[in-house]
Parts: sequence; C-alpha cells; structure tokens
Amino acid sequence: MSSPMSTPGGKRGRPSNPSTPASEAATSPPAQRRRGQPSSNGDLPLMPTSPPTDMPDPLQDTSLFSSPRRSVLPSEVDMSSPLMYGTPSSRVDGTPRSGARGTPARQRPDLGSVRKSKQVDLQSEPSAADGAAAAEQPAGQRLVIWGTDVNVATCKEKFQRFLQRFIDPSSKEDENSCLDLNEPLYMQKLEEISIVGDPVLNINCGHVSSFDAELYRQLVCYPQEVIPTFDMAVNELFFERFPDSILEHQIQVRPYNALKTRNMRSLNPEDIDQLITISGMVIRTSQLIPEMQEAFFQCAVCAFSARVEVDRGRIAEPAVCRNCNTTHSLALIHNRSMFSDKQMVKIQESPEDMPAGQTPHTTVVYAHNDLVDKVQPGDRINITGKGEEPHSFLMGIYRAVPMRVNPRQSNVKSVYKTHIDVIHFRKTDEKRLHGQDDENEQRLFTEARVQTLRELAAKPDVYDRLSSALAPSIYEHEDIKKGILLQLFGGTRKDFSQTGRGNFRAEVNILLCGDPGTSKSQLLQYVFNLVPRGQYTSGKGSSAVGLTAYIMKDPETRQTVLQTGALVLSDNGICCIDEFDKMSDSTRSVLHEVMEQQTLSIAKAGIICQLNARTSILAAANPVESQWNPKKTTIENIQLPHTLLSRFDLIFLMLDPQDEAYDRKLAHHLVSLYYQSEEQLEEENLDMAVLKDFIAYARSYIQPKLSEEAGQALIEAYVEMRKVGSGRGMVSAYPRQLESLIRLAEAHAKVRFSDKVETIDVEEAKRLHREALKQSATDPRTGFVDISILTTGMSATARKRKEEITAALKKMLQSRTKTPVMKFQQLFDDLRGQSETAITKDQFEEALKALCDEDYLTISGKTIRLAT
Amino acid sequence: MRCIVFCIPSGASQNSSDSGWEAKVTEFFRQRLMEKDAHTWVPSLNDVPLHYLKPNSLVKFRCLIQDMFDPEFYMGAYDTVDPSTKVLRCGKYKDVTECGVDLDSANMVTSERQTFYCVPIPGESPWKCMVFYAGARVVPSTSYVPSRQKRSYEDDDEDDMDTQPQAQGHAQGNGDSKRQETEAPSGQKASSPPLDLNFPLPGEKGPACLVKVYADWDSFKLNDTMEVYGILSVSPALSALSDQSDTSSSLILDPAECMETAEELRVHSPPASLVPRLHLIHTQRLAHNNPLLPPAALEDSAASLASTLGEMVSVRAELLAYFTQLLLGDVLAAEYLLLHLISNVYARRDVIPLGKFTLNLSGCPATAGPAYTEQLYCALQQLVPSAYRLSMTLQNMNQLRLVPRKDYVANRLLSGALQLAANTSLYLDETQLEQGQLDPAGVRNITALGNVISWQKVDYDFNYHQMEFPSNINVLIASEGRSLLPSDCHVHLQPQVTPPNMEAYLGSALTAQSSSQLNKFRLYLTMARTLDYSISEEVTKAVEDDFVDMRKDDPQSISADDLHSLLGVARLLCLSLGQSALSTDAWSRAKHIETLRKSRSEPQGCLNGNEP
Repeated sequence: MSSPMSTPGGKRGRPSNPSTPASEAATSPPAQRRRGQPSSNGDLPLMPTSPPTDMPDPLQDTSLFSSPRRSVLPSEVDMSSPLMYGTPSSRVDGTPRSGARGTPARQRPDLGSVRKSKQVDLQSEPSAADGAAAAEQPAGQRLVIWGTDVNVATCKEKFQRFLQRFIDPSSKEDENSCLDLNEPLYMQKLEEISIVGDPVLNINCGHVSSFDAELYRQLVCYPQEVIPTFDMAVNELFFERFPDSILEHQIQVRPYNALKTRNMRSLNPEDIDQLITISGMVIRTSQLIPEMQEAFFQCAVCAFSARVEVDRGRIAEPAVCRNCNTTHSLALIHNRSMFSDKQMVKIQESPEDMPAGQTPHTTVVYAHNDLVDKVQPGDRINITGKGEEPHSFLMGIYRAVPMRVNPRQSNVKSVYKTHIDVIHFRKTDEKRLHGQDDENEQRLFTEARVQTLRELAAKPDVYDRLSSALAPSIYEHEDIKKGILLQLFGGTRKDFSQTGRGNFRAEVNILLCGDPGTSKSQLLQYVFNLVPRGQYTSGKGSSAVGLTAYIMKDPETRQTVLQTGALVLSDNGICCIDEFDKMSDSTRSVLHEVMEQQTLSIAKAGIICQLNARTSILAAANPVESQWNPKKTTIENIQLPHTLLSRFDLIFLMLDPQDEAYDRKLAHHLVSLYYQSEEQLEEENLDMAVLKDFIAYARSYIQPKLSEEAGQALIEAYVEMRKVGSGRGMVSAYPRQLESLIRLAEAHAKVRFSDKVETIDVEEAKRLHREALKQSATDPRTGFVDISILTTGMSATARKRKEEITAALKKMLQSRTKTPVMKFQQLFDDLRGQSETAITKDQFEEALKALCDEDYLTISGKTIRLAT
Repeated sequence: MRCIVFCIPSGASQNSSDSGWEAKVTEFFRQRLMEKDAHTWVPSLNDVPLHYLKPNSLVKFRCLIQDMFDPEFYMGAYDTVDPSTKVLRCGKYKDVTECGVDLDSANMVTSERQTFYCVPIPGESPWKCMVFYAGARVVPSTSYVPSRQKRSYEDDDEDDMDTQPQAQGHAQGNGDSKRQETEAPSGQKASSPPLDLNFPLPGEKGPACLVKVYADWDSFKLNDTMEVYGILSVSPALSALSDQSDTSSSLILDPAECMETAEELRVHSPPASLVPRLHLIHTQRLAHNNPLLPPAALEDSAASLASTLGEMVSVRAELLAYFTQLLLGDVLAAEYLLLHLISNVYARRDVIPLGKFTLNLSGCPATAGPAYTEQLYCALQQLVPSAYRLSMTLQNMNQLRLVPRKDYVANRLLSGALQLAANTSLYLDETQLEQGQLDPAGVRNITALGNVISWQKVDYDFNYHQMEFPSNINVLIASEGRSLLPSDCHVHLQPQVTPPNMEAYLGSALTAQSSSQLNKFRLYLTMARTLDYSISEEVTKAVEDDFVDMRKDDPQSISADDLHSLLGVARLLCLSLGQSALSTDAWSRAKHIETLRKSRSEPQGCLNGNEP
C-alpha cells in the first residue's frame, strides 16, 4: 500500500452509503472520540459510526437532550460530513484501514463545534428537512455543506491531489532543507510523520493557492468545514501509504501563510468565521484552562453511565437515567469527563502598525491543546519575511460569539464577544539566539511601495535627498546629517565567529559635540522619532542601571525578573544619549562593552547573563567649559576617556560658524519655520514616512558586500591615512578606523540599494571620515589632523612635550642626588626656573608621575623622595 | 422641536434595515443642532445629575477621550425570536436587544462600532461650570423630571438613591422588595473596592461615560475634547456585576466567560448607573473650551467677534494692569504672564513644537509661604477654562502618577495627571519642593514633566513599549530660584510693592474684578490664542538683517536658540494686540522686553548652576 495513489478518489464512491451494522451504533454514541484511550474494543471502530437516517441513534432518540440548540434532527446528520473525521467512504469501499482504525481521532477545539454543519443539496431548499435524504442520492457531486459552497468529496479529492502532486522546486523554507525538492513536497512530509510520529501536517497556503486557487478560496472562507475535510483526506492517504504506523492521534492539518488580514485594526464583521492571519504582540497569557469536551454522568441509583458532549459551550444534563428510569439521578463525574487544554492569549497591535494618537487594539486569542504555552507575554508575532515566507505568525479563525443569553431576561446585550481560535502560530525565536533575526524584524512592503523606494534609490542624488530630508528644521550641518543617515542604515553584519573573532560590529556610532544651543538635542530627538527601535536617554538622568538592565522583584509573583534598560531595548535600533559628558564614570564604563562587542554582560542577584545590545549610539556632549575652546583638543574640551572616544566612528563638532552669510540663511530658515504652512514644507522635503520605509527596507533587504575594487580602494585609503602621520612621527590611523571606513562604505551602498560596495561608496566614506576627523582630531597646537588625540587622548606634540619635561626633570634630579628628599613646590619652582618654556603644574605632575612609574622616585604628600 | 429631539431616538431606531435612514438620522440631528440655541435645549450630563435624565433620550456631554476600547460587533439588525410577532429590529443606538433574538435568522446583520471611555474635561475651572449651568437653565425644569413613577416610592430617601439605575422593564414586586433589591448591589459594592473612574486628575468629580461611535471612529484621537450628542442608555443589564449573580445557577461553559478576568469585566462593563452609555449621533469638536465663545471655529462667527477684536487692545491694557497688581507691581513679569496664557502649540516641525511658551516665574516671595503661589493660581484659574495646580512636593513627585500607564490586567489605560486636554494650564508650584530623595518613580515623573515642557509630548507607558502622544499644555512654573525644570522663558520677579499682609492684598485684588470684567478677560485670552499669524516678506528681511547685525557686533550675544525664542515672543506679542501679522514695531518691542528680561535673569543664572 505504499505506492502513491495514481488516481486519487478513484477508489472512493459516493460520500455516504449506510451499511454499518446497527449493533455497532447502538453501543457507541455518535462521534465518540476519546483521546489517549487505546481501542481495547478492537472491533468497535472509534470512528463515528451511527448510520444516517434509517437507524436513529438510541441516544438521540430518547430525546433527553434539553439543549436549546439541539434543533438538528438526527436525520439531518449526514455521514459524509467532515466532522465525522473518519473515512466512512473508505470503509464502504472496503479499503484496508487497520492503521487508521487503531488511531484515535483527536478533537479539534480550534475548529469549534463543527458537527453542527449539515450538508444540503444545492438544488433543494436549504432549510428543508430532507437534506439527508438528498445526501443519499447519487447526485453526490452537488452536495455542499450547509451555508457554504464546499462539496466534501470534491474538496477532499482536490486536496489529496494537491498533496500528491505539489512540487515546489524553489522552496526556501528552512524546514524543507533536507527534502528532495523535485519530489512531491507533502508526500515527503507525510513520510516524515510516519517516522517521527508527530501527527501535524503544516500546509503552506501559498502552495495551495498556486496549485488550486479555488481550493484556497474555500479554505480561507470556510476553514471550519474545509480543514476537517483536509484532515480526513490526509489521514486516508496516510494510512493507505503507511498502514502500520502508530500515531498518538490522527494527523491534523495546520495551514499557514494565508494572506487574508494583516492588521488587527482592519478586522471587521466580514472576517468572522474566516481564516485570518494577524500580527501583534502578546501582552497576557492566561493559566491553562481545562475545557470540558465530554461530560461523564453516572446514575446514583444503578451506576449506569452516560457521556454527553459539550455542544457550543453547553452540556445538556440528562434528566432521566436511561437504564433505571430514575429522574435526576445522574451526577457528573469530573475525573472521568474529558477535557482539553485551552489558553487565552491577549494580543495587542504592535506599535508600528498604529495610527498616531490612538491606543492599540487588543484581541483575545485561544490556543488549544499543543499550542498552549507556545507564546509568552512580550513576544512579538509579526508577519514578516521575504515575499511569501512568513517567519512568525499567528493564524486562526476569527469568531464572534453572542453574549450569553440570560434565561431570566428577555433583553440581552446586543454585543458579540470576538476572539480568534488559533490554528497555528510559529515564532522563530530559535534563530534569535543565534543572532540572525534580521528577517524577524523585517516589515512587509507592498509592491507599489517597493517600487517607489527603488525609484528613489535609483536617483543619482538619493544620498543628498535623504540627508536633506533628515531633520529639515535643523539648518545646515550637511555632513553631520549625512553621517547620521549612514548610521541609520548601518553596515553589513558579518560573522567571524568561526575564525574566532565573533561578530564584527555593523553599527555606526556617532558623537556630536559642540556649543550649547546648536540643536544637538533636536537632532537626537528627531532620530529617536524616526527609527522604530529608538531609545532616548539623558546622561544626566540615567544611571548605569537605567542603561543596562536591572533585577527587580515582581510585586505579585515575588520572583526576580530582569528589567532591561535603554541599551538592550534599542537592540537593532539606535540609542540616543544626550548630555553624554554628564554621565557618571561607572555608567560610561558599561558602554565600553556595548560599543565594541555589542553585548551586555550582567551579573546581579544571581542572574548571570549576556544580552544582545546591537545598538548604534548617537551621543551628544557639551564642552566642559560650556563654550567650546578652540585652543584645546576634543578630549580636553569634553573630558571623556579616549578609550570611549575611539569607539565612535565619527565625531562631529557642531560649532557656531559665526559668518554673516550663514547667519542670514539661518535667520531666514528659522523665520520661515514660523509662518510656512505644513503643506508648503512637505512639498519641499521628502515625507518622513517615506524616509522611514526607505531605511527599513534597506536595512532588511540590502546586504552589500565589498567588491574587489572597493577593497582595493579601502586598502589604499588606509595606507594613505597612516602615511599622513608617519612623516611627523605619529600614527594617524588604526585598524579601528579601517573598520569604520568599511562600515560607512557599506552604509552608503545601502543608501543606493546596491548589493555591492563600490569605489564611490569608499570615496564618500573617506570624505566623511576625513571631515569628521578634521573637526575633532585637529591638534590645536599644530593644526594637523592627529588621530592619536582620539586614540590615546593626547596629541603627538603634547606627548613629545611631556617626554621632554620628564627628561628635564630627571636630569635635574640626577644632578642633585645628595638631597634625596625635597619639597614639591620647591622642585616645581626650580624646574620652571631651569626650563625656557612655560611648564604648567599639570605637566609637572605628569612628569613626576612618569618618573614615579619608573620607580625613580616616590611621592608622599608634598614631599618627594628619590628611590635608592 | 424639543419634542422631536426627545422622541426620535426611540422611534427611529425601531425598524427598517434600509441603510439610507442612518445617514438621514445623523444629518437630521446635525441640522437641528445647528439651529440657533438648539444645543442649549439638550440637557448636559456635565451639569444635570444622571438620575434626572430620561433614559433613551438625547443628552450631550462635554468630554475628553480618556481611553479607547476595542471595537465591538453588535447585532445591527435581528429578528425577534417569538414567531407570532416576528419582526426585524434594529440594534443600532442600543445596548440591549428586545424580546429575544433569533440567532439563526438570515436577516441578522452584524455591524461594528467603537467604544470610547470619556471623562469630563480634566481641570475645568469652576467659573465655567457656572456659565454652562446658567445656559442650561433655559430649559424648563419640567423636562428633567421624567415620567418615572417608580421614583415616587423613593422620594423620601432620594439622596441616597442617586446612583441607582432606573427601574427595569419587567416588573418587580411591591415597593418593599424593590427597596431590598436596590440595597443589595450597594452592599456588593462595599465589599469590592469602589470602581475607579479613572479621572486624570485626583479629586475630580463627574460622570464618566462610555461613548459608542458608529462611524468614522478613526478620526478620533486620544485626548480629543468634544461635545457629544447622543442617546443615553442606562440599562442595568449592562453591568457586569448583575450578570455574575446568575451564573452559578446554570451549568454553562460559556467560552466568553473565562476569557476575561473579573477585573477586566468590571472595567469594561461598569454599572450603567456610574458610567452611563451614550450612543453617539453627533459630535462637535471643541476647538477651545471656553463657554463664552461659540464652540465652532472662529471663521463661522467672525462677524460677531469683530467688535471684540477691536476691543482687544483696551482689554489687554486692563488685563496687564490686573496682572501687575497680582505680581506685586512687576510690569515685565505681568507682560510675560499674559504672553504665556495665550500661547498654544500651533504646529510641529519634525519634533519641534512651535508656539509653546513655558514660563518660569522665579523669585516668588517665600516669606508669605504657599499663600502667594496658591492665590496666584486661584487668580489664573479664574481666567482660563481649565487648569491644574501640581504642587511639587517630594511626596507628590514620588507618588503621583503623572504618565498614563496601560493596565494589562484590566485592559485599560490608567490615567495620569499629564493626560490633559489641549490648552490646559498646568501650574507647577516648585516653592513646595523640599530637600529629600527622589525615588525612581520621582525621577520618571520629573523626566516626564521635562518632556512635556521641551517637546510637548507624553510617553505613555505601555509596559512593553512606550507610545508618544503629543500634548499641548501651558506650563507655568512658580519657584523661588531658577526652576530645576527647563523652560522657554525665565522671569525673575521683582516686586515693587511689599504689602504687609500678602493674603489680604491679593484677596482684594481678586475681588476687585467684577464678573463681567472677568468674562471680558476670559474671552480675550481665548480669542488671542486662536488668531492666525503670518510674517510678511519685508518683515522677514528686516528680522534677518537684524539678526545678522546683532551677530556682527557680538556673536555670543544671540544664538539660533535665542532667535527662536525671540520669534516666539514676537508672535505672542502680536497676537496679544490682536494683530495677525508681525510688524517691525512688535519685533523691536519683543527685542526690548527680551533684553529687559535677560538683564534680570543673568545674575540669577550665575547663582544657580542649573543652566544646562
């Protein structure tokens, strides 16, 4: 039986043919499904067995059911209905089904009480009571499930054909990686099921859609009816091919990737009972709720037991014992009733999807059975991915339930409760651990949007356009805006963990320093508002704890929980830190790790962990003396440790240019802010939304690689940079600068939507880097660019001077070895008298310290003692 | 007319699923309400106690959208279950269905509507309520005594029964059992904590309301202020509490039952007696919140206001004199206070809000204790439509919830003191601040205040993320020294008079103003705020030249930021004079007062090293 069926459906006859012996039905209630209960009664099929019309089921016949909803006559229950899970037709044909018969079907609470559906002949009156009679007629092809246009047999046939024939040679899904792409995809998956024993078959609706659009439409519109049909078809096929396999329960089909709805806000009444896909963020999950599927009643008098299935949330308690005819003697036995797992999950719109000025919507979602506990609060469920392959999603049937009718009130609330029954959700958090979640963050763009973005990217002046669109209210500072623009795009993420170096930083860090009132904060605010994962903190107000992470006791659960700070929250985003200089040293020290290794290590309260903090840092610092002193170096002006400064790719000075033409333009710019209308401004500049999309698109889809020429150009640039300084005995570039250049060049390639880093990218990176250096690393004494200001905190000339002073001091000390102890002030005065250039007290102290380090002398308070 | 207003709601929503009628209904009401005075005939939930209002009648409610609930699906049209009287009924504008519903009927139409949780505009000044109430008096009081016979039973203890829901349609027994029943729920309420109506400001009173919106709900934004005309619904069936009492009896496993926590149920279906439902028919966005002015935009009534515009200069002088008196004879501070009160965020460029003008009034006489700042607030409250005084005591800073926070258990937005309507005056009294430690919550609160002042935005706390909502709050900081919060403009008070008894002095200044005079001031402030403004080409040129010249002399003297604030002062100065375009006169005057102000604050700035 393992050979694939060549003519699907060929062995199946009409949907229903009552031939089951009556005895079987008499002992088994209809549609009895017991999970985890092996079929000890081997000859009793666990499949629904009650024959249709001619043999009314005894249980139903007693009409003990008082449920108000039990309006369906037994005669209307048609055996070919998909809710019957089993395969009545195959039984009719005498197909060997040993496997299927030993495998219990498992109820699918996610599909709801499907068994209520009835089939009707298209040509008969829909509400006619003789629907079942029609079902027995040979004209089976016209039978549809009531209220739909689904014909069970056709649907099943189509689906089996799909399973057997669908081949997707271009599949990119990772889970298909080990499968042969030229063989029918889903048959291989069935084989996998037979080996692994996990009875769930995931079906990509995109595949269904491309194979049979009509089937896809039916699936989306009538999931409640179609999915059981699919189940039925799969099981039939599976047990035909693998008759001996043993599964926990029958295979369930889980479709995914239907493109019905994406946004919670756009759900409307038309979506009810349809297959939808939504995105959002999990905000709350409930405890596991045991939901009764089947109640077990026992008679207190004769111990006769009865099983009653839950029907639309109700259990009809039998009033009379069928065995002894005692009234009201039946009691519910809880531990013999059957329950299924259920969990309520609340999902909230993700902040990116929301219109401004409104609060996010929430939706209730029910997860059933093995989907319980699959998600946790805080998880994002996004529809993402390249083209058609989503990486994490939630999919389900949208439901609306009328508010419970109060029997004692004739007036009820006219409002429905809505929820979604989950058919499937999947997250790709396994990938997150490996740091490859770029795709996870991807947003899906419409074709038209991609087209506009690409057109924009193709323009030769896209770089200038974008940079001028950045914070248009801030005047000038073109290069700074360009730098920030490149920071927004970031470099390409590279992984060298195999060669032992781990990840290279792809993020660009920028420091802005300058006079107060040069709109640094505005620029930071703008960037913070532009990027989806931005954080804005002020150095003054934030502590190390606020930046990194802290442990706190949850007041409710008394558990210690890890609360993440700004740096972790801005993973894959930008962390804007204002008043960088006002940060305490301990706070700054945590930045060292973040800014190069892009991780954050925490060892607190018994929690030791390393968190990803792949964030770009945009910092702003004010000079210490409130006004920038052009006579001092950057380090001296902002008093930041050079170890930190060297981690910034670009350091810009925002200074007042103090130039008449500039002033005039600035004034004009500012005045115009005050009277131009919004529309006027928008015409002039690129829309912020376009800019946002542009950046998001480039970040997720463009991963430029260095081309040969670009590599060559980079090498040249680096060598050149090192050469500049070498003539004067100083080094003007370090490998860190080379890495910066690469990042900037990659970012510039991203701006052009280019997959290759070309020479022009390197040129611009070089130019920008030089500009920034010119501003920040110019030695005020010589006027030359000197990278060592940033890398060692001291310009080469200053270092030379220091060495000179130290040497002079040593010489002086050596000349008077007879007095091993001397006063600090006296020595200082002596040295100043000797030297022809002025020596400051700081310089003197530095020299002393240098000598102290050489073990030449020791300092204790104000006395200096020569070492002997 | 009045009769139509009251009768139509119940009549119109009866039947007919024809979609055309819905548009007609709203159009009808809109037109009727446009008619002169018509809106004053509709009783207002703000002024009239709920139990005086007839259920299912048209009422109005002046409110702020505090929270937005999820959209809900309801039965737009349904068949009644009783086959003999089977009729199609309409569920629109109603909370409760009648006569049972045939759930399987093919005629069932499911429609969608949105629910907003609305509260009265926070911080409304007392004078305003008086004006509103005076207006409401037009309606003969008979219309407030609806034909509810049931009330007669309770006339004796009516005061206690204020919050009782109206009697339900189906009969209760005699008066006695009725009494018992009415007492039962109040006992229940006592056992569970009282329902927090979620007002942004502590100590607020008034009805909160669930407004059901049937169309175009996307155009509403959180913190919008509006006047809602709608049908009042107070059916007790709406209360979550009344539902729960019945559940135990039946063996029902309703999926809807277990999915919401009791807390959430309580919040989303509060007793209708506390939080009535209002089915919106017509809304009027409030461009401003001053009852003395017609609520519509100014253009509509420009003619009637032309005269007031002419008077502006004289009113301004009077107001200035009044402020000078309040500020102990300091004319400059009075001028800045006036400018502050007419400031308004009129546009945003990227992230920069334009038009905000936060004033820091330092040097408030400390010797008089809190009396001075408090009385100053009282005086200002008399003039602005809504105001709130936040005394920045250490305890307040550490414990008050300023920023709204999402409560995921109850699924609602817990309001905070910074959830304020546009143009609310926030008066920060920093003289109350004492030494001590700010805890993390306190630091967050201070940061939030700083954000409001600098960027006019509040980052609402959604636990997993923050969401930014723009605000438009006039912040005035009264402090002794320079404030620890940033401000656009800092004026150090220089009292010219030192009255021996501060309280008596201010008290007399307050009472000296007649109510008609005060009304004039109120009108003036709102008017000035809503005026248009522009800068002509020539003036732009002049300003540019001026700026370049000033920088030429001394580049340090004026920076881009200074120009920003100068332009802001010039704009407000023009508006305060009723001019809608910048003149060179106003420009030089703005420069003049800025120079005066700076010369004052310079020594102050050196003393206090808080300059960022």
